[in-house]
Amino acid sequence: MERTTIDLWVGVFVALGVAALLGLAMKVGNLTTSDIGETYTVTANFENIGGLKPRAPVKSAGVVVGRVGGIKFDPASFEAVVSLNIDKRYQFPNDTFANIYTAGLLGEQYIALEPGGDEINLKNGDKIAQTQDAVVLEKMISQFLYNKASETTAPAVAAEKQAESTETGDDTLGSNPLDNLTAPAK
Amino acid sequence: MTRVGLLVRLARTLRNIGHRFVDRLWRLGAGARLFWLTLISSGESFRRPWLVIREVYSTGVLSLIIILVSAFFVGMVLGLQGYNTLQRYGSSEAIGVLVALALVRELGPVVTALLFAGRAGTAITAEIGLMKATEQLSAMEMMAVSPVSRVIAPRFWAGVISMPILATLFSMVGILGGYMVAVPLIGVDAGAFWSQMQANVDWRDDIVNGLIKSVVFGVACTIIALFEGYDAPPTAEGVSRATTRTVVTSSLVVLGLDFVLTSFMITV
Repeated sequence: MERTTIDLWVGVFVALGVAALLGLAMKVGNLTTSDIGETYTVTANFENIGGLKPRAPVKSAGVVVGRVGGIKFDPASFEAVVSLNIDKRYQFPNDTFANIYTAGLLGEQYIALEPGGDEINLKNGDKIAQTQDAVVLEKMISQFLYNKASETTAPAVAAEKQAESTETGDDTLGSNPLDNLTAPAK
Repeated sequence: MTRVGLLVRLARTLRNIGHRFVDRLWRLGAGARLFWLTLISSGESFRRPWLVIREVYSTGVLSLIIILVSAFFVGMVLGLQGYNTLQRYGSSEAIGVLVALALVRELGPVVTALLFAGRAGTAITAEIGLMKATEQLSAMEMMAVSPVSRVIAPRFWAGVISMPILATLFSMVGILGGYMVAVPLIGVDAGAFWSQMQANVDWRDDIVNGLIKSVVFGVACTIIALFEGYDAPPTAEGVSRATTRTVVTSSLVVLGLDFVLTSFMITV
């Protein structure tokens, strides 16, 4: 079979396609970064996970250390059970704190691990006891509106509250806030 | 008297609708039979690969120019439109994600399939329709050469091979077009453009799903083009009508299939 220019062009065409697929995989997609190697799984219960999704990143100090493996609902405690697949290279103490944060104002939600001071590390299948739920914007807004409303309808109560808060503020800051500038840190 | 006339007219309309419906069903069945026949008689395409290679040249390589140029413009338009909306929310760095996801998930496979139906599908239909009109297919049968395995199957496999390659190139060139608008023209940070894209485009969920779509569209577009050509009445008017039907049917099928595939792929 003799070689023709058509064969050459088809070869170029197929090579271009393979190169584009590689480009998509490496440059556009996260094929190179998605594998986090060997993992161990711990669970954490949350009362509200907000918009957390499976495969959301688990970060510690802002570095991705794992991914959310699965989200289940526990019918006994009415809580969400989130399993976290964490890279085996990273060990966390037993009293690690798990928070659900949002990346940016409207970004995706992720789990942030704040390590505690325990000597013993988390093992496969352990449960993180201390968790903080996702911030639900509607709740915050309604709370804010409720506070505003109570301020305007009951000015006396509000004034009392304000006096209280300035009092406690005095306690922490000292009689004059400027004092703290010159005083050495305790 | 007028009442009887009305009834007759109504009956004729109903009969027409029924006739069209049965005709569509008949064509659907014949198309499915041709698809099956192509699949079981495609052994020759693999034994003699140059039959397929020659068709890849005419369906794939010759479609490159229109695909790549459209991709570049689609990517640039996505960049401009996306930036215009995203900057209102102060997140113009997310433009890379927007362009990449839109192209890889939807626009890459769908627009490529529509262009493919217009560029390569019509050529296939016209070629096979004319082959039939000039009795080349009958001549092959006379020589005990199966036209399905010699003419239809190589074109089918060429289309199935070409579509994913064209769609991948479309996505890649479209992303480059979006980059050209976002980074040098508008001034979005290049690092943020690529890193946000990499953080949010998933290999399995986005790229592989887009690839699956393009393969399915390739099968659909090619088999429709082949069937319309094979089924065309052997006249000039018949071939021209078949060519038109190829574009219309392919476009509708691609858009409908896109919805079906997307609803399978997106798990809520």
